[in-house]
Amino acid sequence: MLNPDAKLVPGILEGKFEKKPTRDGLGNGTVEAGKLDPNVVVLSADLGDSTRAAWFQKAFPDRFIEVGVAEQNLATVASGMAAVGKVPFIASYAAFSPGRNWEQIRTTIALNDQKVIVCGMHAGIQTGPDGATHQMLEDIAMMRALPNMNVIVPMDSEEGRKAILAAAKAKGPSYVRFGRANEPVLTTPETPFEIGKSLKIWESKEPKVTILVTGSLLYQAIVAAQSLEAKGVGSIILDVHTVKPLDKEGILDAVKKTKRVVTVEEHQINGGFGGAIAELLGEEFPVPMVRVGMLDIFGQSGEPDELVKFFHLDAPGIQEAVEKVLKK
Amino acid sequence: MSHITEKEIQALEEKAREARITTIRSLVQAKSGHTGGSLGMADIFTALYFHIAKHDPKNPDWVERDYIVLSNGHITPIRYAVMAHAGYFPVEECLTLRKLGSRLQGHPERDMLPGVETTSGPLGSGTSQAAGMAYALRMDKKPNRVYCLTSDGEQQEGNTWEGVMFAGKHKLSNLVVFMDRNYIQIEGSTEDVMPLEPLADKYRAFNWHVIEIDGHNMEAIVDACEQAKAIKSKPTLILANTIMGKGVKEIEGNYKWHGTAPKPEQEESFIKQIREAAK
Repeated sequence: MLNPDAKLVPGILEGKFEKKPTRDGLGNGTVEAGKLDPNVVVLSADLGDSTRAAWFQKAFPDRFIEVGVAEQNLATVASGMAAVGKVPFIASYAAFSPGRNWEQIRTTIALNDQKVIVCGMHAGIQTGPDGATHQMLEDIAMMRALPNMNVIVPMDSEEGRKAILAAAKAKGPSYVRFGRANEPVLTTPETPFEIGKSLKIWESKEPKVTILVTGSLLYQAIVAAQSLEAKGVGSIILDVHTVKPLDKEGILDAVKKTKRVVTVEEHQINGGFGGAIAELLGEEFPVPMVRVGMLDIFGQSGEPDELVKFFHLDAPGIQEAVEKVLKK
Repeated sequence: MSHITEKEIQALEEKAREARITTIRSLVQAKSGHTGGSLGMADIFTALYFHIAKHDPKNPDWVERDYIVLSNGHITPIRYAVMAHAGYFPVEECLTLRKLGSRLQGHPERDMLPGVETTSGPLGSGTSQAAGMAYALRMDKKPNRVYCLTSDGEQQEGNTWEGVMFAGKHKLSNLVVFMDRNYIQIEGSTEDVMPLEPLADKYRAFNWHVIEIDGHNMEAIVDACEQAKAIKSKPTLILANTIMGKGVKEIEGNYKWHGTAPKPEQEESFIKQIREAAK
């Protein structure tokens, strides 16, 4: 059953919820952060409307900085602004930032320890018809390798809003990942959110598998868990919105109960979220594991739901992974 | 009009010689590092720290300070030497350059040494960072100025021109960029490796004010910075013609000294040359 302490929207199991892109969380979150702290600024690289940075621009035109199609400049100008006391959020498509400007992020933000919040927009396969060039599937791996960097992957627009507010208050720099497509909004303003603390979404009476999810495929995991439960296979689902620092305690608690793990992400299975979990469990509590994600391949054009199905990232795909891990 | 007296010029020249000597000594101890560019920028760093910039070595985070951003981090030995002589830390600490546990990292790190404004090494990012500082300071109506030191080689980086475009668009008149125009990069002449000229015209086309000077002439360095203060509608590029390795004949203009440290047996003869330049 769904965890009542997660204070999720009612009606999820009946498929009743709103759908919004997680990127709305950037728009709402930065406007709210801007009201709370006059030093918050947003830098954009010519994609303000689609990244939702334009929502901040409308609220605070004097604190919105347009750098043009120049992602290296986006990161480095922000680093300079942070050096004199601003709290910069930088927003562009993840394929370009951190895709193109990773070195600048590494040197002038992470190593330089300047609190810049890198917002990777249009990440994941559900960027859809734009095709593989724009479907960023390697960003979690790139960013979680950086010391000093938090890595947060919100599952819905509301969690995205909270992630932005939390990143604005966090000590060092953060990477926050957002998607383009309409996704179920499952959390409410009352749902707890803390960087580095996973959220239990679902727990069956006798769970046999832990499904760890980062990002908006979480709803697919809930659908899979319902079908599995009907077949007598109980599960635990954790929303692991923070890939770094990982909630070791929360994850190990769940995995110790089930001794079987499936990870789910809209990202390459190599080096990303599944990789992070494999590293943790390999050292702390080795158990059979299957990773759901992109299997070392690039995406292609298509509608978001078509692509999720095509690459087996949907509920049936997760269910298959669970059946596979139970046989290991 | 000159903004500096003859006596002040002579004092600065003496400081620059001291800094060059400290740089040679630190590089000999380090056994590796970038000698040529460090010696070539000794006069500009000295003029900045001892005459031009507003700063307080005893209070590196002073909110009213001017920001000195080094973009081409590899010439940090001269910055360390000038900072030490200015009183940021003991001059002897320069001999720990590049050693395990030292605050004087091979390329400068902000977190390690108070007074270092930004971590740098990978080329081409300093102009943008300095522009970000200048933009944010102006947002808050603060009078601090930002001085950024760049190399000519890093003008080959795309990031440099993104920053140049940004500063030009926003008319960041509180930003001054020095370019160490010594025509030398690791593999040889900049004009052979990837031609840069006409640099002054390129910056002017991006809405910058350009002042060309002899980068070893203290009076010219100081006057250029004063002139830049009077320009209210543009950032300023001070295109400083320099001699890589200035002060040591064996090093001057020789690209093989870009990334090489002097050997112990060369130390005293190099220092003697620098001292004799005073006569």
